[in-house]
Amino acid sequence: MSDQTSTSVAFVAKDTIPPSPPPGRETGIVKWLRENLFSNIPNSILTIVSLYVIFIVLKNTMPWIVNGVWTTSSLSQCREVLNGETGACFSVLTERWNQLLYGFKYPVDQYWRPNLALLLMIVAAAPVLFFDLPRKLLLFTAVYPFLAYWLIWGGSVYVPLIALLGFVAATVVFQTFGKGSFAIGFFGAIVAAFVVWMVGGALIPETASENALLSPVPSRDLGGFMLNLMLGATCVSLSLPIGIVLALGRQSDMPLIKWVCVIFIEFVRGVPLITLLFVASVMLSYFFPPESSVDLFLRVVIMITMFASAYIAEVIRGGLAALPKGQYEAADSIGLAYPQAMRLIILPQALKISIPGIVNVAVGLFKDTTLVSVISMFDLVGMIRGPILASTEWNGVYWELLGFAALLFFIVCYGISQYSQWLERRLATDHR
Amino acid sequence: MTILTDPPKESFRLSMLIYDTRYRSLTFQAITAAVLALCIWYLGNNLIQNLRAAGLNIAFDFLGDPSGYDINQRLVEYDSQSTHARAALVGLLNTVLVAFLACVTATVFGVIAGVLRLSNNWLVSKLMAAYVEIFRNIPVLIWIIIIFTIMTAVLPGPRAFRGDDPASSMLFGSFAFTNRGIYTPMPWFESGFFASASLNWLVVLAGLVVSWIVSRRITAWATAKQEATGVRPKTMLPVLAVWLVPFLVLMLVMGLTWEIPALKGFNFQGGIKIGGPLIALWFALSIYTGAFIAENVRAGIQAISKGQTEAAAALGLRPRRVMNLVVLPQALRVIIPPLISQYLNITKNSSLAIAVGYADITATLGGITLNQTGRAIESVLLLMLFYLTASLLISFGMNLYNASVKLKER
Amino acid sequence: MSDLNYDRQIDRSKMQIGSEVAIEISEMNKWYGTFHVLRDINLTVNSGERIVICGPSGSGKSTLIRCINRLEEHQAGRIVVDGTELTNDLKNIDKIRSEVGMCFQHFNLFPHLTILENCTLAPIWVRKTPKKEAIETAMHYLEKVKIPDQANKYPGQLSGGQQQRVAIARSLCMKPRIMLFDEPTSALDPEMIKEVLDTMIELAEEGMTMICVTHEMGFARQVANRVIFMDEGQIVEQNEPEEFFNNPKSERTKLFLSQILGH
Ligand SMILES: Nc1ncnc2c1ncn2[C@@H]1O[C@H](COP(=O)(O)OP(=O)(O)OP(=O)(O)O)[C@@H](O)[C@H]1O
Ligand SMILES: [Mg+2]
Repeated sequence: MSDQTSTSVAFVAKDTIPPSPPPGRETGIVKWLRENLFSNIPNSILTIVSLYVIFIVLKNTMPWIVNGVWTTSSLSQCREVLNGETGACFSVLTERWNQLLYGFKYPVDQYWRPNLALLLMIVAAAPVLFFDLPRKLLLFTAVYPFLAYWLIWGGSVYVPLIALLGFVAATVVFQTFGKGSFAIGFFGAIVAAFVVWMVGGALIPETASENALLSPVPSRDLGGFMLNLMLGATCVSLSLPIGIVLALGRQSDMPLIKWVCVIFIEFVRGVPLITLLFVASVMLSYFFPPESSVDLFLRVVIMITMFASAYIAEVIRGGLAALPKGQYEAADSIGLAYPQAMRLIILPQALKISIPGIVNVAVGLFKDTTLVSVISMFDLVGMIRGPILASTEWNGVYWELLGFAALLFFIVCYGISQYSQWLERRLATDHR
Repeated sequence: MTILTDPPKESFRLSMLIYDTRYRSLTFQAITAAVLALCIWYLGNNLIQNLRAAGLNIAFDFLGDPSGYDINQRLVEYDSQSTHARAALVGLLNTVLVAFLACVTATVFGVIAGVLRLSNNWLVSKLMAAYVEIFRNIPVLIWIIIIFTIMTAVLPGPRAFRGDDPASSMLFGSFAFTNRGIYTPMPWFESGFFASASLNWLVVLAGLVVSWIVSRRITAWATAKQEATGVRPKTMLPVLAVWLVPFLVLMLVMGLTWEIPALKGFNFQGGIKIGGPLIALWFALSIYTGAFIAENVRAGIQAISKGQTEAAAALGLRPRRVMNLVVLPQALRVIIPPLISQYLNITKNSSLAIAVGYADITATLGGITLNQTGRAIESVLLLMLFYLTASLLISFGMNLYNASVKLKER
Repeated sequence: MSDLNYDRQIDRSKMQIGSEVAIEISEMNKWYGTFHVLRDINLTVNSGERIVICGPSGSGKSTLIRCINRLEEHQAGRIVVDGTELTNDLKNIDKIRSEVGMCFQHFNLFPHLTILENCTLAPIWVRKTPKKEAIETAMHYLEKVKIPDQANKYPGQLSGGQQQRVAIARSLCMKPRIMLFDEPTSALDPEMIKEVLDTMIELAEEGMTMICVTHEMGFARQVANRVIFMDEGQIVEQNEPEEFFNNPKSERTKLFLSQILGH
């Protein structure tokens, strides 16, 4: 090393330097304030403007909320109590809470039924939302729809029971024959289900719904926030399997199947939900057999499900595309047939990646259930705009009602989106 | 030479339809086609029977009949004697109007909120997070109704502006916020070049186009100069002048005057009236979609890795240049596709106009026309056709954009 | 860690260590929040020196060289680069940044610009060089890193080794007097490592002042004139490469070297 300078560079630290705390001026609340709120002039201006905005909002809402009146039975009474001061008439909520939540026709003494159904829904949804729970709970999830139907609509217990039996028969047939040939199992399952439904339907006694355990409630009596929740939950769960089929169809290399799926998905995504609801309210009945009368609730469920399944199909397609190609090839190479490869290898992974997207679709759809008020169904918004604001007692209490509706939706949607973010973080670490 | 013998000539067996890869896909498609045809036949048959039973047919000639209803908010000539087709056209233009306005303002809100959310000012970023969460998680229909309620229930009626000591007064003496809508001054030309106002506005538009061309020229000149000498001349003042001076001169020459709305009788006359429903829809769509756009903007900027900014800074670029030359060009590629689908959502959500009585195409064609003529199938089909076309056009634009900016990868 | 041995003869004729000081760091300390990352760093680099910094992960190597061009702020002590002290003064920061080039582990090329545009961006906007001249300089350096024919491609179309060489060329276009390298080869495959190291050796042969965080011990032995070992935010040992590798003094250095050269 001829090119070294003559002075030796050798150096060895004699002792280790222990960590010391940062210099004093760099800690504490003052530092935090300086760094986060007043680091420079534009920032300080922004801070002051924000503080002013917060002040204005609080100044205008706090007295109104704090002075709120909770115990009168009409707006005029409430105004009397307030005596000219600003204050909210929350009494509309205490007086009409049942209408807001259940609609104005659901029998009051039966409120426990939708309540129980909601509670059970949380239990049924838990194993789907949290992978750590025991898989056995999924059995309850499978039974839940029939139970919930019976709880909410009441009437003969035979109807949901036979519907359930049909599915059980289908599953059994598929499990038995599906191993040999997917096609035989699949079509056999469909036949089995239909046989059970036909036979079962014929066996239900005529008088079953009259002396039923739970008194029947017709669909048109459903309303309020319950209706939003029901529409949201039903349509999202129905649209999941349809969405999966559509997504797989769109990936298929059979042109006919592919194009049918593409046209359906793009068509539905290209039109607003409201036009589909118009279809449900004025057009769909033309497509059913002449003597049948399909009630509005069912028609709306059909259309919203179509709507949601197109969006879910796109999310799942994203999930399928995100899987590395190697997964498909690996599945092929160990000799799995298409249905097996999908069911055992591809879909479990693709669905897992898609869950956050699906949850976002679900939140959007749940918000969109308010649109049914436009075709004169009495959901939460429909109840507010219709019977409650039109009543003589409460004509004019906008903010309390709209605020209440906004709050309910906010709680549910924000909750779900927080869950989705939690899940996204978790999936992100799982995949490393 | 070959050791391979010819493949045995298989005779066709039925099982090959399922197990032979050559026929398998054909078999499945044939089954699909059959099922599809069956469904279509079944639904079509029901439809025909139902229509016959109700004594209806499917025909579009009702579009030529006089509509018999009035529309307040309109961009083209229309009265109750006009045809249903004309009513649909008025609605269509109204849809385009509100969608366009909302797209512009939603973008402004979204970009501001998204950028501020990344601000290192703790309070501001939390405030913007609150804005995004609150607006995203509450249905847009509720927002539309809330803002419409503010318009109708909180703002004073025109009557409140009357008298010597009115309860309400006009902002700057020229803007009236009433429960029937907002009245703003309307500009017009005293000594315009033409008699018709729209021709005069065309002149102004032409002037602006010229300004735009000239300002482009200036920028090009500055770039050329920078390439030649390395120093970029300051162009801000000249560009500003090119935009402002001709515009001001035109206004002066043509004698710009403002027609101030004034209370006459029970209502305001003169000026421009922006109806309450339009404002409610416009504003609600803007703040609601703005919250989504804010998230897209934030995600787009965050998608640019810290390494990019660091590398640019290490090269000596100043923060503003880093933003303009490195971060924004990349972030825009991430932001614009979701932005365009937000525009699509605005267009579709503008159909909620029907909830506040704004006469968009859903409210005219799908609402009043449908109810008056009973032509449900035809009206809904036309309505869907319109939205479908709009969506396809917008997605087409998006695909073009995506293709043009796609980053080149190996 | 690959221990590459070069068959080529390294030309040391220009590798002269000058007497003027390029970088002087004294009693420098840095904290992330309350975490004390750099502790009492003292380091003087003369012009023409080739310094290799090594040490276990998380020991603060990156942080140290990032402080030198103010990608990180230090809280105590002084850093003087080419006579300019790093303070909050933007002018000083600008001056230092245009004199100090830096190469990152993950290249950080701008994916939306072509190779040529990557190389001319800073000369045009920072140095205010006319475009033609900037292109000439860029082509000169691209030739030097042996990829002039890729000039009109985009970074995404190049291999990792090519990208890192572009990144070096991009820094060189600013005609820096000092180059900082932060693990420039650790994201690369072995055959690409060699092409990047070759480029760095050529730079050294031309007398560039270099500070290089790397675990390429072959490179350190043959090119560096000083090896610095860092641990827990502290400079534990420094020495000439021969001595450093053959005769480490401190226990921590011995442990580290046995792990890295190992077996
Ligand atoms: N922005 C930051 N905020 C807080 N801590 C940080 C930050 N950056 C680095 N650190 C911490 O500072 C320490 C030193 O980091 P540094 O990146 O300098 O290590 P390194 O020696 O370069 O390690 P490696 O060999 O893994 O690159 C690490 O413990 C790291 O966790
Ligand atoms: Mg590092």
